[in-house]
Amino acid sequence: MNNARRPSMIGDALAQVGAAGLFLFAILAAIPKSLRHFRETLRQIWFVGAMSLVIIMTCGLFVGMVLSLQLYYTLAKFGGTAALGTVVALSLFRELGPVVTALLFAGRAGTSMTAEIGLMRATDQLSAMEMMAVDPLSYVVAPRFIAGIVAMPLLACIFNALGILGAHLVGVSWLGLDNGTFWGNMTANVDVWTDLVNGVWKSTAFGAVIALIATFQGYTTPPTSEGVAYATTRTVVSSSIVVLALDFVMTAFLM
Amino acid sequence: MTQPRRSFQVGTGLFILLGFAALAYLATQTTSVANHTQGDSYALKAKFSNIGQLKQRAPVKLAGVRIGSVQSIMLDQQSLSAVVTIGIDKQYQEIPDDSAAAIFTSGLLGDQYVGIQPGGSPVMFKDGDEVILTQSSMQLEDLIGKFLVSGDSSKAPPKADADGPGTAPPAKP
Amino acid sequence: MNETNHPNGADPATAETDAYVQIRGLHTVLNGKVIFDGIDLDIPRGKITAIMGPSGTGKTTLLRHITGQLDADAGAIRVDGRNVPDLSRNQLFDLRERIGYLFQNSALLTDFSVFENVAFPLRQHLRLPEEIVRNIVLTRLQAVGLRGAAELMPAELSGGMARRVALARAIIRDPGLMIYDEPFVGLDPIALNQVLKLIRTLNDTLGITSILVAHEFAAVRRAADHVYLIAGGKVAAQGHPDELAERDSPWTRQFFGGEADGPVPFQYPARDYAVDLGFPAGVA
Repeated sequence: MNNARRPSMIGDALAQVGAAGLFLFAILAAIPKSLRHFRETLRQIWFVGAMSLVIIMTCGLFVGMVLSLQLYYTLAKFGGTAALGTVVALSLFRELGPVVTALLFAGRAGTSMTAEIGLMRATDQLSAMEMMAVDPLSYVVAPRFIAGIVAMPLLACIFNALGILGAHLVGVSWLGLDNGTFWGNMTANVDVWTDLVNGVWKSTAFGAVIALIATFQGYTTPPTSEGVAYATTRTVVSSSIVVLALDFVMTAFLM
Repeated sequence: MTQPRRSFQVGTGLFILLGFAALAYLATQTTSVANHTQGDSYALKAKFSNIGQLKQRAPVKLAGVRIGSVQSIMLDQQSLSAVVTIGIDKQYQEIPDDSAAAIFTSGLLGDQYVGIQPGGSPVMFKDGDEVILTQSSMQLEDLIGKFLVSGDSSKAPPKADADGPGTAPPAKP
Repeated sequence: MNETNHPNGADPATAETDAYVQIRGLHTVLNGKVIFDGIDLDIPRGKITAIMGPSGTGKTTLLRHITGQLDADAGAIRVDGRNVPDLSRNQLFDLRERIGYLFQNSALLTDFSVFENVAFPLRQHLRLPEEIVRNIVLTRLQAVGLRGAAELMPAELSGGMARRVALARAIIRDPGLMIYDEPFVGLDPIALNQVLKLIRTLNDTLGITSILVAHEFAAVRRAADHVYLIAGGKVAAQGHPDELAERDSPWTRQFFGGEADGPVPFQYPARDYAVDLGFPAGVA
């Protein structure tokens, strides 16, 4: 069975990408109608955003702390520990914040989107909506897509803020770096637009991509428990790959 | 069902607010915006023969405390020196007019800033004054150059310098 | 609905027949297997029509054709005077707003309480004051005997209760056509009788045209006015259930008499048994 499939694997992958692209257009077309389901969109922002806060905040704090520890060690070799704040802030805002948040988001919110929609498919809830003349694309998929786009940049900002606090905690309170140096160096070298806001754009794009992959996988899954399980795994795998690839492209062209 | 619905909306609102608060915090506290947000300031001018890597918005410090920032850097065409306009926060009015300005580097690889060394004059600076006493940026290259120059008169012949590092001791003819 | 206002027979389109659903020459091939091979079918207005047949004959597929969820390869499917294959997505949604569909597995929305499930179609399509929504929902829940369960979640319901909630949801907007996809499967005799009674009552009191897909001939016999027996992609027999039970055709005898073998083979098509077991062909 594996052998029979191998020749068409690239073809399958291309077909998936194409289908996901068409699915994106279908979602975009369904967005105007989904504005009527504003409450559902809010509910989804709650589910994918607010419910991810704990993991995002904890991870943000620890990433900031370990970043501070590691960079302090490295900078000390060059006598440049004064630059700690700058280096931490730049790596968080430009790279780690959006990317790590996106990977966590794919694992926390993306999988639940896929599993939820997949189970709705498997238990005929999507068909039931169709039969009640409610378009599942505008009631189920589009609100989750919008929620992903809204929640991701906010989560990335929260991650960044906690990361900075964690770095401050380790750098200033523990390793004894001067408080003024930490902030002063940071504020002198970090630019709002090229560093912070570009990172926010990145995370918005990641949010859209993850939400697209997650809803696509859920919507097109075979209606079996095995199918839902595979779709959930595929959501994590493909969104991680796509996020990192997109990160490279966006960094090359945006920053 | 109305009850849980309401709480979703409140929770979602709080979450969005928290996200924007984080963004606002990052933007105002960790980026260059923080340097703009000082209140009113008054301007002083200072001429330097060399400002090194000094940049706009670099901090101005007195006794290590940040009291303002560099507003603009221009070249004076007549004296061919750099004219640096610095903005001092309004709250720091009592700076003697014989104070000196110097360009320092924070740490070996750190950024450069303008340091003010207070003088003893009873007259204070006011808006538009010029800081007469200035000391230019220390250039690492100059320092090394001076060190080498002072070093080679006492020790190695000038030839050794030209050979560069890493070469085996040349056979002396 | 305003179709009741049409003077019967004045309009040539309605004069032709008073069938709510009219299917002509339906051909469907799914995954290389012929499901329907030219089926003609009429669902009369205001009656309960049962569609029966061995498993896998495409009864659910037929329902999906009627509701436009699946395109047929050929044939006309007229529902309430409109040809389903020609409808745009929006027109299809308009049509579906007047069809109630009871899913085999109830298909309740697991995120919502019983009350919100029943209220869902109202909330989605009409902007009604909360008070009116509440009244309509509670009336329907009362009709299925589950007014007390309004605040339960679907996970807390038994199969029979879920079926009845789904029924309340299906009739919330007074549909012109009700479709029941195997409503009796997995129900105990009591629940089965309750659902059966509800189907009959809905039809008698509201005059809803109903399509009933079921296997239980005893139940169908008590509810349906007309039965279509579909087998092998064709209509094998049709008529009043009592009349069908009497009829002496091999199809009806096997299906209603429950004989294991007959026109519908017990064995799935396979290679020669002997060959499969490794003996020379023809030994067994």
